[in-house]
Amino acid sequence: MSDTTKNASAQPPALARLGQAVRWDTAVGALLLTLLICSFSFVDNFGNALNLSFLIGNTLPIALIALPMTMLVVSGEVDLSVGSTAGLSGAVMGALWNNGMAIETIIPLCLVLGVVCGLVNGLLVTRLGLPSLAVTIGTMAAYRGIAQIILGSDSVTDFPTQYLDFGAGRIGSTFIPYAAIPFVVLLVVAVLVLHATPIGRSLFATGSSEDAARFAGIRVKRLKLSMFVTTGVISSLTGVFWALHYASARYDNATGLELSVIAAVLLGGIDFDGGKGTLGGAIAGVLLLGTLQNVMSLVNVSAQSQIVVTGVLLVISVLAPRVGRQVAQARARRRTASATAVVPSPGPS
Amino acid sequence: MFSATARSVRLSAALATVAALALGATACSGTTKDSASKEAGPAAATGKADPNSATKKGLTVAFLPKQVNNPYFTTSDNGGKKALEELGSTYKEVGTSSGTDTSGQVSYVNTLTQQQVNAIAVSAQDPGALCTSLKQAMKNGVSVVTYDSDTQTDCRQVFVSQASAEDLGRTQIQLLAKQIGGKGEIAILSAAQTATNQNTWIDFMKDELKKPEYKDIKLVKTAYGDDDAQKSFQQTQGLLQEHPNLKGIVSPTTVGIKAAAQYLSGSKYKGKVKLTGLGTPNDMRAYVKNGTVEGFELWDPAKLGALAAHTAVALQSGQITGAEGETFKAGDLGSFTIGKDGVVSLGVPTVFTKDNIDQFQF
Repeated sequence: MSDTTKNASAQPPALARLGQAVRWDTAVGALLLTLLICSFSFVDNFGNALNLSFLIGNTLPIALIALPMTMLVVSGEVDLSVGSTAGLSGAVMGALWNNGMAIETIIPLCLVLGVVCGLVNGLLVTRLGLPSLAVTIGTMAAYRGIAQIILGSDSVTDFPTQYLDFGAGRIGSTFIPYAAIPFVVLLVVAVLVLHATPIGRSLFATGSSEDAARFAGIRVKRLKLSMFVTTGVISSLTGVFWALHYASARYDNATGLELSVIAAVLLGGIDFDGGKGTLGGAIAGVLLLGTLQNVMSLVNVSAQSQIVVTGVLLVISVLAPRVGRQVAQARARRRTASATAVVPSPGPS
Repeated sequence: MFSATARSVRLSAALATVAALALGATACSGTTKDSASKEAGPAAATGKADPNSATKKGLTVAFLPKQVNNPYFTTSDNGGKKALEELGSTYKEVGTSSGTDTSGQVSYVNTLTQQQVNAIAVSAQDPGALCTSLKQAMKNGVSVVTYDSDTQTDCRQVFVSQASAEDLGRTQIQLLAKQIGGKGEIAILSAAQTATNQNTWIDFMKDELKKPEYKDIKLVKTAYGDDDAQKSFQQTQGLLQEHPNLKGIVSPTTVGIKAAAQYLSGSKYKGKVKLTGLGTPNDMRAYVKNGTVEGFELWDPAKLGALAAHTAVALQSGQITGAEGETFKAGDLGSFTIGKDGVVSLGVPTVFTKDNIDQFQF
């Protein structure tokens, strides 16, 4: 009897927690599906290939950075400097291009720059033990400042046509932008790494309890450092894509991108305390926000109202799983209480 | 775990090697600015204008200002709205709430193309960023007019200019020089550091200052208030603290000059430090009357919007194509001729002082 009581008290919260995570992902996925079906049926000009390619093209920068950001948040850290890293990468790209360097040389250099930006963040967090929120707020300002020093108020627009076409074009008359292909490759890699390799398991373990992970033999600092570096590289890649997609390299490119990414990741059910979440959820979150924005524009919702809708959605996405968890815990407690109340009576076997 | 992080270290090393190799391999054979500029062809001329064709009615013209709910653009777009109503066409306005949200502006152009509006009048936040989507719009039969702030010339058909940039830049310096008696330190309070029109005016201001009659005037700083009232206010405060001998400020932005006037009127510098630039009479009336500001200038933004609307309709009606030398009628505004690079100019700016400011309500 006492065994069943223990089970009853221990299992429901754990189950509920697991259930909550899954249910939120699924909820976002279902919401996205509903929104897509409604938009295809009721919103004029939504379903044509050109609009879908616009939707995907506008969402790609967020989706790209959401991949490493999800992993970083799962491991219990965050990087707010991603937008500035992208801006810096674009600024360097523009400055080098103006100096006559070949674009095939510039792009790898920008990626190396991303490694450096990520290393700076990662080393400050892991070696000095500073909170990543504080460190990356600092580097967010610093990287943007460096970008402004490098490129000033210039905007560089004369990149080679074939690269601009890659950044903004779509495959034939389909809705798929060229740039979606590398993204899908990266998405597959990220899903495999996070959900099917020891690295992924270590990330979840670290996010759940850093001390426990360390005692279990996970080299937490190295793991986090490598995640920051990855985030830096993907951010600078996004910066390159941004400059080509909008045919404009400026120091203030991708301003505020970090907030869109974090909003999408939160909406996708990634827990900011670390240790919980799926990439599927994050991508569903990204697409949900992107589609919502596209549809709201098509039906003439003003920019201000769009921000309000996004904000409300975000608050709900943070609140809902938490409220759900508390409800589940309360229910479990009640069940435990009723189970204990049963004990004195001669229990059924 | 160790193997995993070792792998990531190895990965970074590999990446660096790839970068180094690429650098070596492409340093002399890649696509560079020089090789790319050679392949750029001339912009294709489109169609032929018939100045006598009838003005079409029932068109939808969308205004996409740099920033919605900015008083200047509201006045300007309302001018466009009024003109379109008179022409029997439909007006709509969309746009971002931030003046530096370039990607937002791009998605609005895309959305308007999707909604199959007949024409877009856009004030570009960035000369290049809108190009791909504006070209896409033109390919779909949408007429594209820029107003207030231009894009690259091949990304639109006509640019409706508020006044020539040269006139505006030079007259602002002339105005300020007169107010400070041709002597002393001056500063500029601009909007965003990337704003195309602001930077062009500032270049002309600097050029004007090179003339011998301004040899006693020294430009000590250009500050940026990002068209944000609070930031412009703080920048004004900063300018005066940093340069105690400042004699005058030029603010070629309506948000900036108002914030600066607000700061000056509440400080000990009121009336001593001269302020001029571009502002709206309604914004500046109080400061002109209380002696903070002697005189400032602007074109009539409502007329600018109206001219943009007339230009868009003329384009859709086939009366013009955007080529140099074409002429069209713009209602009460009179007749206009398209200049070099497809630019139509509204005319010289008006100077507002306490003697004439009450005649203007916008």
